[in-house]
Amino acid sequence: MTSSLFEQVQQALAPAAGEPDVAHGVLVLNIESAAVAATAKALQEQFGFDMFLDVTAVDWPERAPRFDVVYHFYSTRDHVRVRVKTRVPESDPVVDTLVPLYGSARYMERECHEMYGIVFRGNDDLRPLLLYEGFVGHPLRKDYPKQREQPLVPYRK
Amino acid sequence: MTTTGNVATTPPRGPAFEYLTTKKDEFVGWARKFSLFPYPFVTACCGMEFMSVSSTPYDTDRFGAALPRFTPRQSDLLMVVGTVSHKQAPVLKRVYEQMCEPKWVMAFGACATSGGFYQNYAAVAGIDKIIPVDIYIPGCPPRPEMVIDGIMKLQDRIAAERHPIINKDF
Amino acid sequence: MNTANTTLANPIRAAFDKGSVPGSVIVSIGPSHPATHGTIQIIAELSGERLVRTDVHCGYLHRGFEKECESHTWHTLIPYTDRLNYCSGLINNFAYCEAVEKLMGIEITPRCKYLRTLLTEYSRISDHLTCVAAGLMELGAMTAFLYLVMLRDYIYEHLANLTGARLTYSYGRVGGLACDLPDGWLKRLGEILDQMDTFVDRVHGLVDRNRIFIDRMRDIGVLTTADAISYGFTGPILRSTGVARDLRKDTPYLAYPELDFEIPVGIKGDNYDRYYVRMREMDESRHMIRQLMEMLPEGPINVDDRRCTLPEKHLVYNEIESLINHFKLVMEGPQVPAGEVYSAQEGPNGELGFYIVSIGGGIPWKVHCRAPSFVHMGGVHLMLDGYQLADVVPTFGSVNMIGGECDR
Repeated sequence: MTSSLFEQVQQALAPAAGEPDVAHGVLVLNIESAAVAATAKALQEQFGFDMFLDVTAVDWPERAPRFDVVYHFYSTRDHVRVRVKTRVPESDPVVDTLVPLYGSARYMERECHEMYGIVFRGNDDLRPLLLYEGFVGHPLRKDYPKQREQPLVPYRK
Repeated sequence: MTTTGNVATTPPRGPAFEYLTTKKDEFVGWARKFSLFPYPFVTACCGMEFMSVSSTPYDTDRFGAALPRFTPRQSDLLMVVGTVSHKQAPVLKRVYEQMCEPKWVMAFGACATSGGFYQNYAAVAGIDKIIPVDIYIPGCPPRPEMVIDGIMKLQDRIAAERHPIINKDF
Repeated sequence: MNTANTTLANPIRAAFDKGSVPGSVIVSIGPSHPATHGTIQIIAELSGERLVRTDVHCGYLHRGFEKECESHTWHTLIPYTDRLNYCSGLINNFAYCEAVEKLMGIEITPRCKYLRTLLTEYSRISDHLTCVAAGLMELGAMTAFLYLVMLRDYIYEHLANLTGARLTYSYGRVGGLACDLPDGWLKRLGEILDQMDTFVDRVHGLVDRNRIFIDRMRDIGVLTTADAISYGFTGPILRSTGVARDLRKDTPYLAYPELDFEIPVGIKGDNYDRYYVRMREMDESRHMIRQLMEMLPEGPINVDDRRCTLPEKHLVYNEIESLINHFKLVMEGPQVPAGEVYSAQEGPNGELGFYIVSIGGGIPWKVHCRAPSFVHMGGVHLMLDGYQLADVVPTFGSVNMIGGECDR
C-alpha cells in the first residue's frame, strides 16, 4: 500500500524521474526550486501529508548549485514520510516559503536561514532565532570556521 | 600602609583592634556561609543535577544553601549551572551586576568552568571570561556529592574572608 | 570589581515593541527562569493580567551541535547527542545509532533490540518524572515534586550502575551498546518499578482531584488538533488533543511490535490533559518494561561486524588484525557508506528525528537533529495568548521544552 502511494506521488509530482526513489522507507523527490510551494501544496491537499517535519539545508561547496534544501513531510493518516530535495545556487539562494501552508514553517525556516543563508521568499520574519543580533555570517556553511566566536560581552582582563 | 608621596591616612591599629576585627570576621563569616541564598542561573543539563542536589537525599538545605531567590537583588550566590552561550552572556553579566556585595559566583559544571567540550562559535569558553568566579565545580554533569563538596569549600572560603561591614577597615 | 555602567548588547530583536491594545505593557519573561525551564525568553504584551500576544525567543542554549558533529567521528559524537534531550539521554543515543545503522545496513542483535527498548522506556519515565515534578513544583506542590524527584534519583543511580553516568550516559554505540547488564540489575529494576507504583499513586492522590490544581490546569492552554498538526506538534501534546498518534504504534521500530501497550489520549488539549497523558504514559512504560524483563533473550549485545564493533581486548593484544581494526575504528571512526537517511523515534516530547548525510569515511558531512521541542516553540504562542500571566508557568511547564533539544 505504501509503495502504491509512493508511485502516485512520484507520478504526480516528479514524473520525469521515473521509478520512485525510496531510501530507507522514505520517498525522495528531487524537484526544481521554483516548484517547492506547489509540490508542498499538492502533498498536503492531494496526498494527505499534513505534518511538516523539518526543513534544512546541506552545503556542498565544491558543487555548482551549492545548497541542497531538504524538506521532510509526514502523513499522520498513512504513516509515511516523504523527502523533497531541491538545489539552490550560492548567488541566489531563494526558495518559496511554506508559511501559508504550515504553521511550523515559520520557526524552521528562520533557523535554516540563519544557519545557511537560504532566503525564504514570502516569510517576512527571518530574524535570527538560535543566533543573536549582530552575528555576522552563516555558521553551518562549510567555509565558516568552527571556532570563530563573535562575543557580545567583551572578555575580562 | 603608606604609599610613596601620600600622607598616611590610617592611624596605626593596636592588637586589641585586630582581635576585635578577627572575631567580627569569624562571626560574620559564620553567619554568611550558613545562610547562602543561591540564584540558580540554570541553562542546561547540569540543571537536572541541581534539582537532584536540592532534593532528597543530597539536600543542600542542611548547608543553608537551599532556598533559592529568583531575583538577583535578594541573592548572594550566583550558581551558573550549565553552558553559557554568547547569546546568554549579556544576560549573565546583567544578573551579576544586579547582585549586591558580598556576592560569590559558582561555576557549576564543565561548560560553565571552561566551555566543556563545546569549543565552537556558540558557547563561551568558561564564564570567567565574563564574570569573576569563586569556585569551579567540574563534571559533566557533576555528581551531587561533588556539588556539596564545592559548596563546603566555598563556605570555608567565605569563613576565611575579611568581611568589612561598617567601613572598609571594620 | 564593578566597572561603570556599560550598555550591554541586546541579543534579540522583538517582533513588536509597541502595544496593540491601549494601556498594555510589554514585558520580557525570561531568559533566566527558575530552575526548570532552561532558557526561553517570552516577550509578552500584557493588558492587565491578560496576555494579548507573545513572541517566543529560544536559542539561548545554542551550543553548535551540528557544527561540532562535522568535526568528530561517528562514535565520538555520541556524547553530543546525549546532551540534546538531557532528561532522557539514552533515547537520543539510540535514535542516532539507529540512523547510522540504517545507513550502514546493520541489523542489531535481538538482545540489543530488547535492551534498547527497555532502556528507551526507562528514559521516557525519567523524562516524564522530571516534567511532571517541575510542573507541580511551580504550582506549589512541593511534596509531589520531592516524591517524583526521589524516584528519578533512584533511576539515575540505577543507570549509573549500568552506564557509569547519572545523566549523560553515552551508552549507545553504532551496532550495539557499550556494555551488558551487570548482575542484579534487573532485580533492582523490579524494586524501582514497585516503588514507583506506590509513589505515583500518592502523587495522583495529592493532585488529581485537588480543587486548586484543577482550577489552575483545566481549560488553560487549550490546543486544538488541527492547530497541533499544522504547527508540527507531536508526542504527548498532540495526544492530549485527542488523536492517538504515536510512532511506536504507527511506524514501529525496535521491539515495539511485540509489546502490548495502549496510547493514552486526552480530551481537550489543555494543561490538565497533558499532565494526565504523561502520568498514564509512565504507567504504560512500566507495563512495557515488565514485559520486556520477561522477554529479554540471552546473546551478544554488539553485532559481530568489524566495520563498527570494537574487537575484544584479548584479541587486540594478541592479533595484529584486531589491533589494526581497533586502531582504525578509534582514530578514523566507523566507515559509513555515502548516502543520507532520516530516522525518527518517539521521544518523550515527540518525534525525535536524525537526518544524516554521509560522504563515506569516518566523519559525517551533516548530522541534523529534528528536535520536537524546537518545533513546539513555534506553536507555543497558541497556548499562551489570551490567558493570564500566571498561566504561563503551568502551560510552559506542560510543554516540556528541553533547552538542549530546542536549541541544539
